[in-house]
Amino acid sequence: MPEPMGFYTDTTVCIGCKACEVACKEWNQLPSTNGGQNTLSGDSYDNTRRLDGIHWRHVKFIEQFTENRQDGRWLLMSDVCKHCVKAPCLEVCPTGAITRTEFDTVVIQSDACNGCRDCISACPFGVIEVNPASGTAQKCTLCYDRLQAGMEPACSKACPTQSIQFGTISDLRNRAQKRVEQLQEAGEKRAYLYGADEKILGGLNSFYLLVDKPEVYGLPPDPKMPTRNLASASWFSFLGAALVGLMGLINFRNRGARVDAEEAQR
Amino acid sequence: MNTFPSSTFFSAPPDWGWLIVLYFFFGGLAGGCYFLAALIDLVGRPEDRPLARLGYYVALPCVIMSGLLLTLDLGRPLRFWHMLIESNTFRPMFKYWSPISVGAWALFIFGIFALISFLAALVEDNRLAWPAGRKFRPPGMLSAVIAMVGGFFGFYVAGYTGVLLAVTNRPIWSDTPLLGMLFIVSAASISAALMILLAHRSRWTMPAVAALHRVGAWVGALEFLVLIAVMISLGPVFRAWLNAWGLLLFFGVILVGMWIPFALYWRKDWLGDRNPTAAAALVLVGGFILRLVIVFSAQQV
Repeated sequence: MPEPMGFYTDTTVCIGCKACEVACKEWNQLPSTNGGQNTLSGDSYDNTRRLDGIHWRHVKFIEQFTENRQDGRWLLMSDVCKHCVKAPCLEVCPTGAITRTEFDTVVIQSDACNGCRDCISACPFGVIEVNPASGTAQKCTLCYDRLQAGMEPACSKACPTQSIQFGTISDLRNRAQKRVEQLQEAGEKRAYLYGADEKILGGLNSFYLLVDKPEVYGLPPDPKMPTRNLASASWFSFLGAALVGLMGLINFRNRGARVDAEEAQR
Repeated sequence: MNTFPSSTFFSAPPDWGWLIVLYFFFGGLAGGCYFLAALIDLVGRPEDRPLARLGYYVALPCVIMSGLLLTLDLGRPLRFWHMLIESNTFRPMFKYWSPISVGAWALFIFGIFALISFLAALVEDNRLAWPAGRKFRPPGMLSAVIAMVGGFFGFYVAGYTGVLLAVTNRPIWSDTPLLGMLFIVSAASISAALMILLAHRSRWTMPAVAALHRVGAWVGALEFLVLIAVMISLGPVFRAWLNAWGLLLFFGVILVGMWIPFALYWRKDWLGDRNPTAAAALVLVGGFILRLVIVFSAQQV
């Protein structure tokens, strides 16, 4: 059994080149948007806009500038599926299409998915969407096919700055921790790891080094499992059913009793 | 930009649209009508049975419609059976912690009960020659079992959809545990309304129709209270309804679907004979708008 594998993304060295996006699209043969015609989003250099069924990597451009633009910084981050240890999508999938691989990654089997889209609403990171070409939900597979052949995922292989690093989770966590210490010693006190420990969904097999709050990067500060509501929602539903049943019982029986009494008086 | 009332605001909408709104509506009608019919069969008098049969006549077409709508909404409709059978192993597919998985089975089982009760109602109405079918109608132990088990699954189908929404990470849906309760109570309300409309169309005057009016009014009042509880339980996420959806919720659901029908129920002189049917029609409209607002508003946050 191989060790859990994943990505460590150091956002401080990302240069926004989008090589990861291109490598991902090329290896996974993902179709282009609008038949290849480029449309500008007007949001910085980000024309990919978001992760979806045909964009499994997305480089975010976050501009933090003063109003007169004399001071500021760019935050760049290559976003991808987090391959959560406790994966909400896998938990709710009603067809068994979403599975955990021997590498502890989370993969959607396109031939089993029927496109119900429950996983889309369950993912707290907004990673999954339907690929219009297949009609099924799709997302990053952490290049499962390459991993099985002993190769590195296409995106991390293409990353020219080692912002995206691939490896065993234990090794990546060590590397990431050292990098945080290095940055903090150099004065960047805001550096921290998002998802490297078990606090977020049991741990993210794709975790990040960030220098601002998660919300700034479009990441939820406190993502939760969808089943957190299952017990309470079920009990309240049973309560509703019981109340309605009681109302029906009282009215239909009362009516019966009243009519019986009237008939008896006659 | 960086203040969000809940971590649910970072998820993506599943693009559940009109087909799902219609499914929630017809599923609610199917389950609710069956439940009310079963209740009438179980505790009502023999002369009430036409009203129970009416409920079964509504339940089957609505449950068939529900299955069709759900299937059409899939990205790959021909793979609808993957919900029940694991496509790789051909073993039964069932996850008790996934509301869609349990709901698919519940819909399937409820469909069987709805079919049996529909056919048995036809037999009792002398519209179908199937002597064995008479056993499925009261009195008798078998008919009671059918009514109880079918009624349970009917209400399950009506309510699991709200639980399904709660077991996501979308704003509104997963920020309250009360949507299942709201859908169940609303299902009873719209089902009572539809049965009242159909009973009046047939000019039925049996006492159970008056009882159904009372059930409709009581359940409508409960639905209003549950809706208020939903709004309170949303906490800061309630701001997601401070827009056109909130207006539609107030005018379409609360005013048109609840308050005006209440007024028509209490002030019987307003429209004369048409009071009950007008109130019932408005309850149906309100029940549809409720599902519309809940499905769409959470996806446009």
